Amino acid sequence: MPSSEEKNNDQITEVKETRADRKPQADPALAIDPERLARMHENKKRFHRKRRIKDWAMFTGYLTPSLVGVMVFFFLPLLMILKTSFQRSSTNTDFVGIENYERVLTNEAFINSAKNSLTFSGIAVPLSVVLALLLAILLNTKLPGESVFRSILLNPMMVPVASVVLIWQVFFSYNGMANGWGLYKLFEDGRIDWLKSDHSQLVILALFLWKNLGYNMVLFLAALNSIDQEILEAATMDGAGSITRFFRIKMHFLAPTLFFVAIMSLINSFKIFREVYLLTGDHPYRNLYMLQHFMNNAFTNLDYSKLSAGAIIMCVFMIVIVGALFFAESKFDADMEG
Amino acid sequence: MSSMTEQQRRDAATNARRKVFTKYVHEPSFFEKMNDAEREAFFKKEKTRSVRVLRRRMIMHRISTVIGILIAGSVSLLAIIPVFFTFLNSFMSSAEIAHNYGVIFQSLSGHAENGATYLSQSPTLTLVPQKVTIEQYLNLLFMSPTYLLKFWNSIILVVPIVVGQMAVSCLAAYSFARYRRKRREILFFSYIILMLMPFQVTLVPNYMISEQLGILNTRWAIILPGIFSTFAIFLLTKYMRQIPIAYIEAAKLDGATEWQIFTKIAVPLCKNAIFALTILLFIDYWNMVEQPLVLLNVVDKQPMSVFLSQINEAEIGIAFAASALYMIPPLLIFLWGEEYLVEGISRSGVK
Repeated sequence: MPSSEEKNNDQITEVKETRADRKPQADPALAIDPERLARMHENKKRFHRKRRIKDWAMFTGYLTPSLVGVMVFFFLPLLMILKTSFQRSSTNTDFVGIENYERVLTNEAFINSAKNSLTFSGIAVPLSVVLALLLAILLNTKLPGESVFRSILLNPMMVPVASVVLIWQVFFSYNGMANGWGLYKLFEDGRIDWLKSDHSQLVILALFLWKNLGYNMVLFLAALNSIDQEILEAATMDGAGSITRFFRIKMHFLAPTLFFVAIMSLINSFKIFREVYLLTGDHPYRNLYMLQHFMNNAFTNLDYSKLSAGAIIMCVFMIVIVGALFFAESKFDADMEG
Repeated sequence: MSSMTEQQRRDAATNARRKVFTKYVHEPSFFEKMNDAEREAFFKKEKTRSVRVLRRRMIMHRISTVIGILIAGSVSLLAIIPVFFTFLNSFMSSAEIAHNYGVIFQSLSGHAENGATYLSQSPTLTLVPQKVTIEQYLNLLFMSPTYLLKFWNSIILVVPIVVGQMAVSCLAAYSFARYRRKRREILFFSYIILMLMPFQVTLVPNYMISEQLGILNTRWAIILPGIFSTFAIFLLTKYMRQIPIAYIEAAKLDGATEWQIFTKIAVPLCKNAIFALTILLFIDYWNMVEQPLVLLNVVDKQPMSVFLSQINEAEIGIAFAASALYMIPPLLIFLWGEEYLVEGISRSGVK
């Protein structure tokens, strides 16, 4: 009687043999003739080309309504101001090269307004992102009444600008509430006419944060809630403290949202002009003179070539910022997937 | 070795094997060393200790929750005070408003130059009116009929913009999300840039184009650019890219046409986002000020937002009621659609 080991070996060889038997034999009748192969290739190519054309047609079809409107109301205007920016004025179409740009870039009002806009966005955007993140973390700790807080914080977003302006006037004018409560003692000895002082940007910053924190916070809350709890639990088992967990795991999942929030905050930080304009008019305190003020005033002064050059400079600047943000995001995506 | 019997040899082997195991001497454990009384005492001590630790942890948790609620509560309070403030003050009589806030509006820009004073007076912040009246509302509705007209103007501008932009954006976003190719991303990127442009950038050309199309100072000058604004496209595309491709393929296998896939699969799946965006767009256009001022320079056709922002101190008596009334539609929409809004905003930012 053979040992069990030998028996097993026998079986294995048997299986091997049967598999070898089943191997398809080259059948001369089925040999692919090169002409047929070429025809198949051709068909495949044609099929793919057809698919591509259909795909393209569908893409354009769905996009057409928007594309037409965008062309007429947005692209075309941009091209027009690009052209105007190289002309002496809108009526005198002499080509003057970069004279307008020089004129704008050496304009004191432009430099001041660009500085103000940059300072405001540069402070307001990071601050609103960080504060919103902190609030979201706070609300995410299974705080009782989370949804109530969320609704209340989201509420200012819905308050119309005219009402906001009225409220801010009541609070921050010379005889307003803020002075009544003695808030000026933090900065100066006497009363401050907030919107006409060096602290005016603070007032607008408060307005911006009041309006936008809720929106940003909801975005962060969603991102925090979408993190897989199992990963966090696994990290806890491995001995990660709450700080390690936050920076090594949560931040990783929050990153795409972070980019999105940054872009939305940037848009909203440009929109703050409306409030500033309604609060302080055409010529506010020099601290609040934004890029949009500069353009608005150029428009009322009918100085179109100056306005166009300013607009183009602003466009280029924006493209650089957004491009950098998107580049960073795609780099980060590649990191995460790779 | 030859003198060894078989039995002896086996025993030696067994002993040798045993030696391996006898290396591991069993040591009495911590608990085995103790007698029963000691053990009991130990357990008792441990039990009280763990109870203490748990209790301390619970207290810490409670304290941190309370602190959290305090922080969130105070931030929320700051957020909600202005709204309460407006509503409560709208029930004051005009005289009371003038008495409380007159000083504020005397010192505002413009009036100070007209000889008004920079007197240091303190306003009185009154949250609860001394006498609740609807005098302001009555004044607003009957004494200034322009108010109703402006309200109607706002609606007639905002509704077509929101509906139109949503329709156009759904189509375009579907196109960007479904037929995604590398080169088309450039177009999408330029859409985003356009979305970011402040209105002032395209102010002049918009003005000229409206003039050439013959729609300057008509409502179309506001409505048409509004419809083709790219804000909704950006968010909807982000949302639609999350639709699993399997859904679309399944529909295709079941014989759905491309249009059916769009109307029966893509749009219903984005319902929340569409609701949320409708609300966001509504509030955005409900607030527009610059566009009507430039492109619709006809006082009779201008919306509430422009009118309200021009209320001066002579009309301060009705300003609060006007603000409150103006605030009501967005707030109602917010209360009604908050769930959708939160859901829609949430999913737009998460990958």
